[in-house]
Amino acid sequence: MRVALFATCLVDAMSPGVGKATVEVLERLGCTVEFPMGQTCCGQMHTNTGYPDQAAPMVAGFQEAFADHEYIVAPSGSCVASVKHQHEWIAAGQLTDRHVTEARRLADRTYELSQFIVDVLGVTDVGAFYPHRVTYHPACHATRMLGVGDRPLQLLRAVRGLELVELPEATSCCGFGGTFSFKNADVSSAMLTDKIHHVLSTAAESCVAVDASCLLHIGGGLSRNRTGVTTVHLAEVLAATEAP
Amino acid sequence: MSTTDQPAGKAEITQWPRATNTGHLHGDYFPRAARVALADPQLRRNIGNATTIIREKRGSVVAELDDWAELRAAGAAIKDATMADLGDHLERLETEVAARGGVVHWAADADEANRIVIEIARRAEARDVVKVKSMATQEIGLNEALAEAGISAWETDLAELIVQLGDDMPSHILVPAIHRNRSEIRDIFRREMGNVGVPAPDGLTDDPPALAEAARIHLRNRFLTTDMAISGANFGVAETGTVMVVESEGNGRMCLTLPRVLVTVMGIEKLIPTWRDLEVYLQLLPRSSTGERMNPYTTMWTGVTQGDGPEEFHLVLLDNGRSTILADPEGRPALRCIRCSACLNVCPVYERTGGHAYGSIYPGPIGAVLSPQLTGVADNPSLPFASTLCGACYEVCPVAIDIPTMLVSLRAKVAADPDSGDARERAVFRSAAWAMSRPQRWTRLLRLMRLGRFLARRGSFRNLPPPFNGWTATRDLPAPPDQSFRDWWTAQRDGGGDA
Repeated sequence: MRVALFATCLVDAMSPGVGKATVEVLERLGCTVEFPMGQTCCGQMHTNTGYPDQAAPMVAGFQEAFADHEYIVAPSGSCVASVKHQHEWIAAGQLTDRHVTEARRLADRTYELSQFIVDVLGVTDVGAFYPHRVTYHPACHATRMLGVGDRPLQLLRAVRGLELVELPEATSCCGFGGTFSFKNADVSSAMLTDKIHHVLSTAAESCVAVDASCLLHIGGGLSRNRTGVTTVHLAEVLAATEAP
Repeated sequence: MSTTDQPAGKAEITQWPRATNTGHLHGDYFPRAARVALADPQLRRNIGNATTIIREKRGSVVAELDDWAELRAAGAAIKDATMADLGDHLERLETEVAARGGVVHWAADADEANRIVIEIARRAEARDVVKVKSMATQEIGLNEALAEAGISAWETDLAELIVQLGDDMPSHILVPAIHRNRSEIRDIFRREMGNVGVPAPDGLTDDPPALAEAARIHLRNRFLTTDMAISGANFGVAETGTVMVVESEGNGRMCLTLPRVLVTVMGIEKLIPTWRDLEVYLQLLPRSSTGERMNPYTTMWTGVTQGDGPEEFHLVLLDNGRSTILADPEGRPALRCIRCSACLNVCPVYERTGGHAYGSIYPGPIGAVLSPQLTGVADNPSLPFASTLCGACYEVCPVAIDIPTMLVSLRAKVAADPDSGDARERAVFRSAAWAMSRPQRWTRLLRLMRLGRFLARRGSFRNLPPPFNGWTATRDLPAPPDQSFRDWWTAQRDGGGDA
């Protein structure tokens, strides 16, 4: 199966390891992974900060880069939610009818990684080995806008060696919210404090999520507090195997 | 009053703007007001405890209904259809109320509504009025307007009474005194009740039944001696001109039945066409708001009935910005709101800041979409940004208002508004968009970003200049990697993919 990887700007710029891990898992599951070099960003940061006009060229660019692909997979619930729920609105307000139609067409073809693996590939055991105690933070957009449900947990439970500890108040937002973390830094930090408190209460070695953005935030707090607890993207857990 | 007496009082948290024609819908700059609220551990504990309890109750009673999703869709659809023909339905309501002996008044804004109510009170020679808990009258600042006209308004809802006695403002739609715990309430009762009427019993404790009894004794005389009552409305049924209030305490019913003159201030969006529509809303509202299957008291009245209840009934239909919302297809769903406050109880921002930080008497997620629309975004530019867009509000909304999407649309309106938009921010974002819109530019930017590695200490940034200092005040930011994903891909795959 041919799969186009939408790495997302954040993974491209800050977390290339998540992109590499996504490629590794998909290839292990028999996919032929392509990376359309025309891709940049879904435009969500601009859209959510009040600049859909500035996001419009990114939406058009996304459509150009992925026009010929049947399966578009991204290691992010938030960016996929933007493609599925915001691109049509931006196209309608800022671009042409053709872009609106294209936004709908590509929305149907775009998948968050765990949804793609479980629903399209029909796999829950990806053959991973990750001998660590982890807890899982359900990212808001993946949970509420995409409805990924327990798919990431199904994948994690099948990982050999992995000990999964339930995160208290798991569905409570970590406080990132894109530019919210700057504009409302105090509230954002208060939310993060509670999230970190819950992560630490599990005595997990790492906090897992399906979004590099939430992990950048949670990880930023864990690192500032010198907790020794790390963050790891679901793709990185699934990519890990027993040493040959 | 010292700050220790009143840790969550309005004076410490927000500066209420001077009288405008929209009433209590304006706020301070949210991030600043929130910072003050966050520094109050008692406030956070009170709100955290209360919202957790209501959230759990709501969750369990909503889960009982197999057809909740259908009810929710019906709740949205009925309101949408009503809004599409609101003018016709309002005229029907006016006709039916008048035919049954009521008087209908139309108020374009808060000032006009207040003037109408004051005029009715003067004609009735009322120096005191009792009040049913009502968001509409809080919205228009009616109590303050009445006070200026020499008329005392007495809140009778327990939580509103606490707020009024504490010289405070509501901080929650359903539970206006949610920011107070029971010992604070005991102190307010002991200190204030005697100044305005029957004092608190000697030795009053913070035992909830004792507090309720103190309120009962304090209010009893008011019900029996006051000639005029003012209420809001949960629903107005157009086909019969019937107005309705749902409540928990029965104090509302005392106000609605005992005084000679009854005035109801109703937002025009509270209208529903038929009694049958109540089937949907009377299931959605109590379960979403108090977490009850049915609220204890539901009072409905239709015009006036000789020898039974008020002799005079006035219905003030309040616009105050609602018709502007109605005209905007992206904002219109906010008018579906039935003021249940489920969105407040699940909001991670509200849970930490409480309601006063929002300034407007409509706090939380619904307030963040309602207040800026009612006042215009220029008067409330920070509220649409008071959310992480986590979507918890939309998930619980009984009338399916997609608050996160509306917030995004309102943010665009703020950014485009010449008075509220931040020109510097727009320029920064425009530069970013320029670089991020073309793969060649983006690739070059990523390579440039690598230089940042030399400025990082032990792999991360701990103290960045503005505007990034908001992040690094409490969080580290990892240094950029030495190779972007796309450069890795190109190197590994030798220009693979369909580059």
